[in-house]
Amino acid sequence: MSVVFERTKLLTDKQFHYCPGCNHGIIHRLVAEAIDELVQEGKLEAGNVMGVAPVGCSVFAYDYFNCDMYEAAHGRAPAVATGAKRARPGTLVFTYQGDGDLASIGTAEIVHAAHRGEKIVTIFVNNAIYGMTGGQMAPTTLVGQKTTTSPYGRDEAWCGAPIKMSEMLSEVPGAYYIERCAVNTNANILKTKKAIKKAFQYQLEGKGFCMIEVLSTCPTNWGLSPVEAMKWLEENMIPYYPLGVKKDKGAE
Amino acid sequence: MALTLMKGSEAIAEAAIRAGARFFFGYPITPQTEIPEYMSARMPEVGGCFLQAESEVAAINMVYGAAGTGARVITSSSSPGVSLKQEGISYCAGAQLPCVILNVMRGGPGLGNIQASQGDYFQGVKGGGNGDYHLLTYAPSSVQEAIDIMMFAFDKAEKYRMPVLFLADGIIAQMMEPVEMPEMVDYKVDPEKKPWACTGWKPGDDPEKRGVINSIYIDTESLTVHNARLQKVYAEARANEQMWECYKTDDAEIVVTAFGTVARIVKTVVDQMRADGYKVGLFRPISVWPFPYDALKETCCAPQVKGILDVEVNEGQMLEDVKLAILGEKPIHFFGHLGSQFPTTAEIRDKILEMKEGK
Repeated sequence: MSVVFERTKLLTDKQFHYCPGCNHGIIHRLVAEAIDELVQEGKLEAGNVMGVAPVGCSVFAYDYFNCDMYEAAHGRAPAVATGAKRARPGTLVFTYQGDGDLASIGTAEIVHAAHRGEKIVTIFVNNAIYGMTGGQMAPTTLVGQKTTTSPYGRDEAWCGAPIKMSEMLSEVPGAYYIERCAVNTNANILKTKKAIKKAFQYQLEGKGFCMIEVLSTCPTNWGLSPVEAMKWLEENMIPYYPLGVKKDKGAE
Repeated sequence: MALTLMKGSEAIAEAAIRAGARFFFGYPITPQTEIPEYMSARMPEVGGCFLQAESEVAAINMVYGAAGTGARVITSSSSPGVSLKQEGISYCAGAQLPCVILNVMRGGPGLGNIQASQGDYFQGVKGGGNGDYHLLTYAPSSVQEAIDIMMFAFDKAEKYRMPVLFLADGIIAQMMEPVEMPEMVDYKVDPEKKPWACTGWKPGDDPEKRGVINSIYIDTESLTVHNARLQKVYAEARANEQMWECYKTDDAEIVVTAFGTVARIVKTVVDQMRADGYKVGLFRPISVWPFPYDALKETCCAPQVKGILDVEVNEGQMLEDVKLAILGEKPIHFFGHLGSQFPTTAEIRDKILEMKEGK
C-alpha cells in the first residue's frame, strides 16, 4: 500500500495553542507543506530552512515549525531574518508575522527588508486585530470595527484608515513578489499555498523580497463563531483588502 | 612586530576582523562612524558582510539573526544609538547569544552632545534593557588595550554565551596611537561547539538539537529555571573575569579610582605627584562588569590609605560601585565633569591636594 497522505515533516508534534476557528493552523500547515514539497522535489536541501516567529498569537511558532527557528522581538522579525540570511545565504529564510507585529511596531523593519530586496519570504497574517493581548485595535482594523481600544468603532478622522501593507510594499523597488490571499474557502486555501510556494521558489532562485499577506479570522476577539467569522471576513475584509497579486516581477 | 599608527575606531574594527568577526551591522552616529566606514571597506576583503541597517534597532536584531547561526558578529554605536539597541541587547542576553557590542560613549542624556563622555556606565553595567541580565563589559583606556580585549572578547562571549559590551569613551575611538595588531584568527562555525545554533537541523535529527533562538519562557517554572541558568553563568563570570590595574598603589595614601581615558589622565597625575613626594596611586577597573569589588576593596582599604578619589566624566556613576566595594570603611571623594569635558591633570591634582588638606 502506498502512502497517499502523511503528517507534514515541517511541523512538529506539538499541539497548536490557537483558539478554535483561528486560521493560524491552516496557514502554518500551508507554509510547512510548501517547504516540504520543495525538499521532496529536490529544490531545497533538508535542514536548509530557518524561520522567524513574531510577537503576537504566533509567538510560539518556533515550537510548531520543525526546522531551525528564531523568536524575534516585536516587529523585528525581518531584521532578524536579514541577519540569519546574510550569515547563511544558501538557506531558505521566512518570517511569520501578524498585523500588529508587521504593520504597526515593525513597519521600519519590513519596509527596509523589502527595500534592500532581502532574499526572504514574509508570511503576513492579517486578522485586523491584536489577538494575543486580547482584541485591541490594529493599524489594519476596519473603519467602524469595534475593538477593546476602539469601543465606539474605529474612527477614521481620529486614527486613520486601515493600512494596506501589500499595496504599500509593492511600491518598494526591492520587493519582488507580493500577493494577498485568504484561507476562507478551499479554493482560496489552494491559491494561498500556491502563492507561498511560489514565493519560496523565488527566494531559492535568489530573487528579491517576497511577501504573502493572508487574510485571517479571529473569532475569539471578533466575538463571532468560526463560521460567522469567515463570513465577516468575506463581507468586510476582502472588499477593503482585495485579494490577488500586487506585484510579481517574475511574471513581468 | 612593528607598531602602526592607527585611529582608535579603525584599530578596534580591524581587531574585530582579526578576532574572527565576519558580520557587522550598524548605523552611522558620531563619534563612531569611522567604525562602520572601515567595516564597509574591509569586510568584503575578508569575505565578510557589512550591512548598513535602517536603524540601531534593526542593526541589533540583525546581530541576533546572524549570531544565531554561530557566526562572530559585531555592532557598534554611540550612546543615543546604544539606547535604541537596548531592546535587542536584552533579547540577545535572554537568548544567550554571543556577540560584541561597541558603545563609543558621547554626552547625554538625550541627544546630549558628540564629545567623549562616560555617561553610559549605568546603562552598560546596571541594565539598560529589561530583565535580570548582565553583559561582560570592558572599559579600555588605550587603543592597544581595546585591541587586546577584542582579541579575546568573542572567546569570552562564546564561553559564557553572553554578549560582550565595550564601554569606550569617544576619545578611545577618535585618537590615534601606535599599536601592535595581532595576527588573524582562523574562525569557522563548528556546530559541535555551538549545538544551540541554527546550523542546519532537519526533521529526523535529534529534536533536542534543533536550533531555537528564543527568550520567551511563558510559565513561571520555566522562566525560573532559565533565569537561574543565566545567574549561574553570571556567577561564573564574576568569579573568573574580573580585570583591573593597580598603578603605584602599594604604599598609596590616596587612591584614585577611574576608568577608560580618565584613568590615563590620572596616571599622569600620579607620576607628577609622586615626583613631588605625594603617595598617590590609581585603581582602574578594566572589566566594569564584573566589577572588581574585592580587588578594589583590598587596594583602597589598605591601612595606609587615607582617602579615595573617584574621577569620572559623569555625575558619579562608577562611584556607586566604588562605594559598594568600600562600604564606608574609608572616606570617598568625587570629582567629575558633566558636559563631556575631560578633567585636566591640574584639576585632579588640586582635588587631591584639597583632600590632603582635609577639605
